[in-house]
Amino acid sequence: MIYILTIISVAAIPIMISVILIHGMIKKVNLYDAFVEGASEGFKTAVRIMPYLIAIFLAIGVMRKSGAMELIISFMKAPMTLLGIPPEVLPLAIMRPISGSGALGVLQDILTHYGPDSFVGRVASTMMGSAETIFYTMAVYFGAVGIKYSRHTVPAALIAHFAAMIASVVICRIVFL
Amino acid sequence: MSIIWFSMIIFGMIVAIFNGKIEIINDVILQDAQEAVIFAIGLTGIMAVWLGLMNIAKKSGLIKAFALIMQPVTKLLFPKVPADHPAISAIMMNMVANMFGAGNSATALGIKAMEELQTLNKDKKAATNAMCMFLVINMSSIQLIPLTVLKLRGDAGSAAPTEIIATSFVATAVSTAVGIFVCKVLEGREG
Repeated sequence: MIYILTIISVAAIPIMISVILIHGMIKKVNLYDAFVEGASEGFKTAVRIMPYLIAIFLAIGVMRKSGAMELIISFMKAPMTLLGIPPEVLPLAIMRPISGSGALGVLQDILTHYGPDSFVGRVASTMMGSAETIFYTMAVYFGAVGIKYSRHTVPAALIAHFAAMIASVVICRIVFL
Repeated sequence: MSIIWFSMIIFGMIVAIFNGKIEIINDVILQDAQEAVIFAIGLTGIMAVWLGLMNIAKKSGLIKAFALIMQPVTKLLFPKVPADHPAISAIMMNMVANMFGAGNSATALGIKAMEELQTLNKDKKAATNAMCMFLVINMSSIQLIPLTVLKLRGDAGSAAPTEIIATSFVATAVSTAVGIFVCKVLEGREG
């Protein structure tokens, strides 16, 4: 099962590309010209998102390197433990929506410290696999089109993230305990 | 976003002063700003590839056909977006790329989707309901195989690195469902 899933994963993008090219060929699209014409937009987009990326990287960098992240994590410890989230995985739960590479570092820490097959290790792995960085994604996607007011995106994304964290703990309790 | 950004930086600076690490600010300006630029440049190539392919698919009519097939699902999630609009195809392709862990391809397709959604937007500065919905689904990531997590578990000496695939999938499904529900509740009127 896992083996099949891995193959599908690796093959998905090549299949998408092949379908597009073959369909274009059948419909007699001038493939080469159409590709180059579309691709020329890529540079404009990259330049357009750059200032937004710099802004968000800067803010996240200051938070992480100043120790402000650790401070927030220690504040959140009591309420989160009440909800049944093991305190060991808290740093990950909080880091995950803010910084992807930061969260990977935290996960690595947890796995070496508690062992990947411990309950904490399994919960942490599940959390990592079920969540996504929020602020960075918002900066890139909204930045690319110049959206200034994100409306209900942040609350909805944070609630969904919170649900993922709780669900990770609950499902691991059911499966592994 | 302004308030979040401001709070993050000022709060970080204050903590840095208390920790006696004020020199990290210079470090951040140098390193992280550069990282952002490198990241954006790195995205250029894959962005160009997908925009090129999307342009072919647009001309061949594949995008319209694909969007029409997905109509039952997309009508529910994005009621304001016309069924045969190119945004729908970009959103769907972004989800497929996300599902299979092709992060950079997903980002490129996602930006394309946002650009298409923006063409339907009346107030170019405020996000539409469809944009919020798309982002929330995107951020609750529907990844079938979290390859980086598996690799980290393997490296840490796990006896069964893959045992978390099923649990991750369930947790993701829950968070996506919650995200869609919350979005629908908070949507209200568009500006």
